[in-house]
Amino acid sequence: MSPMLHSILAFVQTWWVELLCAVLIIVVVPLIAGYIVLVERKVMADMQARLGPMRVGPHGLLQPIADALKLLIKEDLIPDNADQFIFWVAPVLSMTAALTSMGAVAFGPWFQVARDINIGLLFVVGVSALGPFGIVLGGWASNNHYSIIGALRSTAQLISYETTAGFALVSGFLLAGTLNVRAIVETQRTDQAWYIFLAPVGFFTYLIASIAETNRAPFDLPEAESELVAGYMTEYSGFRWSLYFLAEYANMIVVASVGTTLFLGGWLRPFPNVRWLAWLDAAPALLLAVVGVYCVFRAGKQPARVQSLFMWAVALGCFVIAAIFALAAPFRHLPLQFMHDGLYGAFWFLLKVSAYIYIFMWLRFTLPRFRFDQLMRLGWHILIPLALVNVVNVGIALALSSEFGVNRWLAMLVTTGVTLAAAMLLLRWNDKYSAAASAALLADSSIVEDSHAG
Amino acid sequence: MLDSVIFYFFAGIAVISAALMVTRRNAIHSAVFLITTLLATAGIFLQLRAEFLFISQIILYVGGIMVLFIFVIMLVRLDVPLPQIRSRTQKWIALLVALAVGLEAGFVIWQARKADGQGLLIPNAAPASQLRPNTEELARSLFESYLLPFEIASVLLLVAMVGAVVMAKKRTDA
Repeated sequence: MSPMLHSILAFVQTWWVELLCAVLIIVVVPLIAGYIVLVERKVMADMQARLGPMRVGPHGLLQPIADALKLLIKEDLIPDNADQFIFWVAPVLSMTAALTSMGAVAFGPWFQVARDINIGLLFVVGVSALGPFGIVLGGWASNNHYSIIGALRSTAQLISYETTAGFALVSGFLLAGTLNVRAIVETQRTDQAWYIFLAPVGFFTYLIASIAETNRAPFDLPEAESELVAGYMTEYSGFRWSLYFLAEYANMIVVASVGTTLFLGGWLRPFPNVRWLAWLDAAPALLLAVVGVYCVFRAGKQPARVQSLFMWAVALGCFVIAAIFALAAPFRHLPLQFMHDGLYGAFWFLLKVSAYIYIFMWLRFTLPRFRFDQLMRLGWHILIPLALVNVVNVGIALALSSEFGVNRWLAMLVTTGVTLAAAMLLLRWNDKYSAAASAALLADSSIVEDSHAG
Repeated sequence: MLDSVIFYFFAGIAVISAALMVTRRNAIHSAVFLITTLLATAGIFLQLRAEFLFISQIILYVGGIMVLFIFVIMLVRLDVPLPQIRSRTQKWIALLVALAVGLEAGFVIWQARKADGQGLLIPNAAPASQLRPNTEELARSLFESYLLPFEIASVLLLVAMVGAVVMAKKRTDA
């Protein structure tokens, strides 16, 4: 098998950067997901005027690791009447889809596994759409009524909201004129505007649809604990359960990256072409240094010696990373430019993704859960027509500015106004319709009597 | 070398899971193996640098149609096979169709063997650098060369969609 070995070696030699990125994604994403859980608990605690996890490590910084260990040690149950094979495959499927779709996401100008695929963002959206299979099959294989109702709800919800998300993305693709991830970000640099400003309706419809797609509150009906115990993962425990959990958080990162790339300028710093805002380039190093100083300040006040030592370690880490940022800054126009671009690109990209995910958490802790018919009405009667109107209007604005020389911002402003007016009309019409529908439901007793009589 | 390894990997998965799809008794298991077959075929499309075909196969067939399949299978109990579905004549018709398809495939392989310069079963793809972007090519042919058929097909789909809504609506209104 020496020619085989030889070709494998050649393969590794040509693609080592991509392989490294892939390994890094697979290793780091579960860790990041764990820490997103910690941040979520902290944000929830803050909104409810509590402290959140504080015991494991200073400010609960080691909590995710403790949780992961606990999940690994837990007993792994498979119900007797479950479909063994599919019960085993389903969570793996969810996780694989989420991680694979990250392959085409550009976390920075140099950190991307599938660099030059022409379909770019479409790959991310398409492959992450395979994740629901894991939910549906897992719910079916559990052989449990709660699970199967959760699975059915999730399918119906996904089919409805994926259409909206698709149309919202189309409005961004129209502006960019390409599907390639790197080209999309670069056109936002040359257009001198993030597409959230050119297509605000597209961004907000995508935001709502992406919350629904990741099954997060207020759209978390597939796992509504007051109705369905835990929905599709009722029968799952231990490591399999944690796979579903990881897949949910990985999917959050995926949809946030898609939104960031298309509407928030990807890895570009805010206002990349404005010269006098260049001091923003110093922001990453400064921010980390401030965090480090804060950690040093807090280290003396920790209750235990181990915790204060850990705090010192965190401070040291912050200072080291800040130093790396500061040292890379002079390389902006030198042969080592890729170091500067990669570091700073990754910083801005991750900052935007975090802001996007913060909106998810904010909505989760402030809004009550939808009822299922409300969810469907919002999707089909309001969001899909709105997204359609938005696509048409963005197309009209593009045609106006390129064919008739109308100022691009003016065209966008007018068409966005038209889209918002359409949204108002939709809402009014929907109110009337739903009032009529509930009146019909109230008068439904006659139908029941009729059917009994017939 | 590596190209053929990847091709046989995907092709093997496609053939084996297609066979499993036909032989499983459980409808959900069949659906899972159909998904595997479709994904493996998508992998072969990707190897042929047909990126757009790859992703539309995944989005349309796997992400759209198969989700609906599974939805229907879960709602309708199919574990009790109806006797009239398993009729005797169906077996012979299936055999005939399989024979015809097998003959066709054999003929194509035989023809490919005669053409010189071609690999036997391994598709020879042009280097990626020489190919023009897939998506743009597709858009050009759809909106320039085949505009009228494309529009007719879209109107047909729209009519089907409106018809489905009207039929569903009639039942709830009554």
